[in-house]
Amino acid sequence: MTISPSQREVHVQVAGVTRIYPAAGDHPPVHALGPVDLTLRKGEFFAVIGPSGCGKSTLLEVLAGLQKPTAGRVTFEGQLVSGTVPEGIGVVFQEDASFPWLTVWDNAAFGLRRNGVKEAEVRRRVDDALSFMGLKDFTRAYPSHLSGGMRQRVCIARTLVLQPRFILLDEPFGALDAQTRLLMGDEMLRLWRRTGATVLLITHALDEAAMLADRVGAMSARPGRFIEIIDTGWPRERDSGIVAEAAFGEITGRLWERLRGESMKALGYDAAAMAAE
Amino acid sequence: MTRIGLIRLAVIAALIGGFELACRAGLVNHRIVIPPSEMAGALAALLASGAINSDIERTLGVVAVVIALSVTFGFAAGIAIHALPRLREALEPLFATYYAVPIFIFYPVLIAIFGLSPIPIVLIGVATAIVAMIIATINGLDRIPRVLSKVARVHRLGRIATAVRLQLPAAAPYLFTGVKLSVSYGFIAVIAAEFILSPAGLGRDISDAYTDFNNRRMYALILFLLIIATVVNTALHALDTRWSERRTGGRP
Repeated sequence: MTISPSQREVHVQVAGVTRIYPAAGDHPPVHALGPVDLTLRKGEFFAVIGPSGCGKSTLLEVLAGLQKPTAGRVTFEGQLVSGTVPEGIGVVFQEDASFPWLTVWDNAAFGLRRNGVKEAEVRRRVDDALSFMGLKDFTRAYPSHLSGGMRQRVCIARTLVLQPRFILLDEPFGALDAQTRLLMGDEMLRLWRRTGATVLLITHALDEAAMLADRVGAMSARPGRFIEIIDTGWPRERDSGIVAEAAFGEITGRLWERLRGESMKALGYDAAAMAAE
Repeated sequence: MTRIGLIRLAVIAALIGGFELACRAGLVNHRIVIPPSEMAGALAALLASGAINSDIERTLGVVAVVIALSVTFGFAAGIAIHALPRLREALEPLFATYYAVPIFIFYPVLIAIFGLSPIPIVLIGVATAIVAMIIATINGLDRIPRVLSKVARVHRLGRIATAVRLQLPAAAPYLFTGVKLSVSYGFIAVIAAEFILSPAGLGRDISDAYTDFNNRRMYALILFLLIIATVVNTALHALDTRWSERRTGGRP
């Protein structure tokens, strides 16, 4: 019997989270996010999509413990998350965060060595992660000798070896071309199935969100709030082939319908006036 | 050796060869400049005699002290200034115009205070070299990618571990530029200071040979300093190239 996402135990709980950046110099305070409520169940793949500057990355940083919420609370496995990153959370950033002075292998081993894991175990986990990410032929290369997609895979491998139970991805494929993004999406799905981790993906690409996630949360223009959460209904065993399915077009169409006005608002257009024209 | 390296060697050999021929053919007055081959012979004889060993020791020792002090204190000052934005704002115009000030004008003052010891030379050397290291350190710290501090927090690194394991290696190429400049400036300042007022050292030796019309000795010493400066800078350049090859994959 398969367990549906809604039947699984609650893994991450977000309740009334708001983030307001205080005034700095001549700049007034910025209400970046919320209030946001969200429940992520164990092993779920959740994507967040929204217009530029709507607070997606702020939400991710609050969930990771990199920022404290101004109001509300975040819990991970029942423990309060506030200003420090708890054990069990892994984050992959949009920017290239590989260490150019270390080889691919040493990049991947960084966190394990830091945690004092025995060398034999480090070797086993790193070799396994690099092999899984298709980097086993590049273990002695430096990041500068790799493409952008491969460098991002190095960062994912560095996160993966720590066996996180909650993986946060902040537009990890944002700098890649469309075809590479689809292939990286397949790798993300493989990784998600293999680790059983809960995944939260921040993206600005409708197709990426619709293809990868069990649920997609569409956010409003700043201050970001969830205006709709769409259940994609995809089976757990899926890959980029689903982009050819009719349901995929329906999901992306529905997402765009919800986001169009918000994106115009974010760009400063008057959506109502334009509709009247 | 690479093709470019061979071309470089060929150009240098052609210049030296051309100069040798010009001297031998009498196009250059032998009383003013001696042929390069005679300079090399005079240097070999001077080194073999051991007559300049104490000067070599003194000059290279002072240069080493100047570089060590400039790099250490320049790095520390760079970190402190980077951490204090107001102090940085106040000092930046001074750094921008620092090398427009002829630091050697302070040499008589230093002699009056410290006498004819190596201290004034060390101070002139440090004063010349340290600002390059400070500027390079501030520049390096500015260029550490912001994402690294987030990565550090995700890995739950403390302040010291973040600095040592992430920030320092990330800033290393810029810091190394500071080291290279400090070495060059240190060398120039020490030799020049020895020229002006110093009882010993290679700079003093060159100055004495010049005053005594001892061309063979003077050119031998000049050649020696050229060789030392070239070897040190080539070694630093080779190290820099090797590291940047790793970090950038050969891309500029």
